[in-house]
Amino acid sequence: MFLLIASANKLVPLTAAELYPLLFILVLAGFLGYEVIGRVSPTLHTPLMAATNAISGISLVGSLVAAGGDYSLTSHILGMFAVCAASINVVGGFLITDRMLRMFRKKAPGSKS
Amino acid sequence: MNVELSHILAEGAYLVAAILFVLGLKALSHPDTARRGMFMAEIGMLLAVIGTLLYFEIVTWTWILVGVAVGSAVGTLMAVFMPMTAMPQRIALSHAFGALAAVLVGIYKFIEYPVDDLGRLRIAALGFEVLFGGLTVTGSLMAFAKLQELVRGAPITFRGQNFFNLGLLTTTVALYIYFVCDPSAAWAFYTFLALGFVVGILLVLPIGGADMPVVISLLNSYAGLAAAATGIAIDNKVLIIAGSLDGTSGFFLSILMSRAMNRSFANVLFGAVGAAPPPGTKTVETRTVMRYTPDDMKFVLENAANVIIVPGYGMAVAQAQHVLHEIANHLIELGIQVRYAIHPVAGRMPGHMNVLLAEANVSYDMLFERDAINDQFAETDVVVVVGANDVVNPAARTKKGSPLYGMPILDVDKARTVIFLKRSMGAGFAGEENELFFDKKTMMVLGDAKQTLTAVAGQLKKRPGLVHG
Repeated sequence: MFLLIASANKLVPLTAAELYPLLFILVLAGFLGYEVIGRVSPTLHTPLMAATNAISGISLVGSLVAAGGDYSLTSHILGMFAVCAASINVVGGFLITDRMLRMFRKKAPGSKS
Repeated sequence: MNVELSHILAEGAYLVAAILFVLGLKALSHPDTARRGMFMAEIGMLLAVIGTLLYFEIVTWTWILVGVAVGSAVGTLMAVFMPMTAMPQRIALSHAFGALAAVLVGIYKFIEYPVDDLGRLRIAALGFEVLFGGLTVTGSLMAFAKLQELVRGAPITFRGQNFFNLGLLTTTVALYIYFVCDPSAAWAFYTFLALGFVVGILLVLPIGGADMPVVISLLNSYAGLAAAATGIAIDNKVLIIAGSLDGTSGFFLSILMSRAMNRSFANVLFGAVGAAPPPGTKTVETRTVMRYTPDDMKFVLENAANVIIVPGYGMAVAQAQHVLHEIANHLIELGIQVRYAIHPVAGRMPGHMNVLLAEANVSYDMLFERDAINDQFAETDVVVVVGANDVVNPAARTKKGSPLYGMPILDVDKARTVIFLKRSMGAGFAGEENELFFDKKTMMVLGDAKQTLTAVAGQLKKRPGLVHG
């Protein structure tokens, strides 16, 4: 961790002591997710899928470093494709979620389609 | 800015992003708060990206800008122009993109850093990421191809398929374990990556259309897990959290979907229900059904006190949701109560019917889940089943040994009259004959659902002011 602060793009082996907090986060977020998702209205299950997809497009942050960091050309190209795929999910995912959610309104009975 | 400060800022941005993501998903509990919640999640995403760009040493912007520009353009075009009916395909594609990003990040880490710097634990996370990501990429593309009907939607099976798939999967996992034990074996890394791609295709190949809700949800879960593994591999906590949320969301939905079909995951993945029945088992149906016309249907509808509409995949195929809504409006004007009953696995993905009906301007408080409406059928005059079959087949309650047996269905057979809109007399996906078709209270209106409903709507419009019954 300490070395990470010295240079952001440098990497030191992950120790078991460092891995555990990450696993804690993973597991607890999983439980939290299960509770939160369980409360999502079944009517909104499709927007939910689109939304979680957009949110997990956060892998964009890893892709950005690959595409722009001090790496080889191969990594830059891999990173560019990753950035591209992740941005499709982030931008497209949020837009389409919103497009769907806009349709879910309570309408006065008898409103025309 | 010095590195230490930017590190603190970046981690702070990630923390806020994680909070906003959870709040955003929480807001999806109700349609009224959902849009605000998504706005929060968008802010979270923006913060996380800014934090990353501040903290890490970016030496070149060219590739980033090209990637962001192309990705945003493609994403926007898909979001704006893709018809709502193509939503299952769109969701399948986005699983593929998400997993692809995870795979590419994994590969770059592997080629860029010496094995000693990565360490065995990170190697294990990297391997998991590319393996799971790889099979999700091709599995999702396969699901996309099936939903888009580029590939036959019916299950594609061959002899010894399960045996072959299981063998391949075991080999792949064995190679992964070997690689974790000996991280210098780059060949093993690339081999199980390649095998992961093949496994993904083979896993989805035998899955038929009606099982798609489970498979799409499972792939959702896999894409999330791959993202979470990426988070561990690159030591990024917000990525772990987002991936974990995505993973559990998909997992939750797949459990919900398989429960709604009363089938286990294993059965969905390896059962290949809906494959052509073995020759000789098919009995020739000799009974005839009563066929009715749109005129008859209009007459029955306008004389009902309450109507429940049960939409299925056939409604999506026929694009009948708009004209259905038009008819519902006519009936409401006549003082008839109209509700929609939605079975969880109607359609090709969780919530499919709800999205289509919302698109047709149906108010969401007219949409009822199975549990909320199932005991109402007994007091209902007319049920209109539009392009659904298995989810209303009483064989699920009574016929032991049927592939449908035990599946929670909508009890439409308890209503006074049931109108089936169907293209043909064919059995549903599960291949189980629906006894309800031959019931005296059933009216079969065969033909394209949209044409039938358009005719009914036309009749209702012409209706004289006289009130029957």
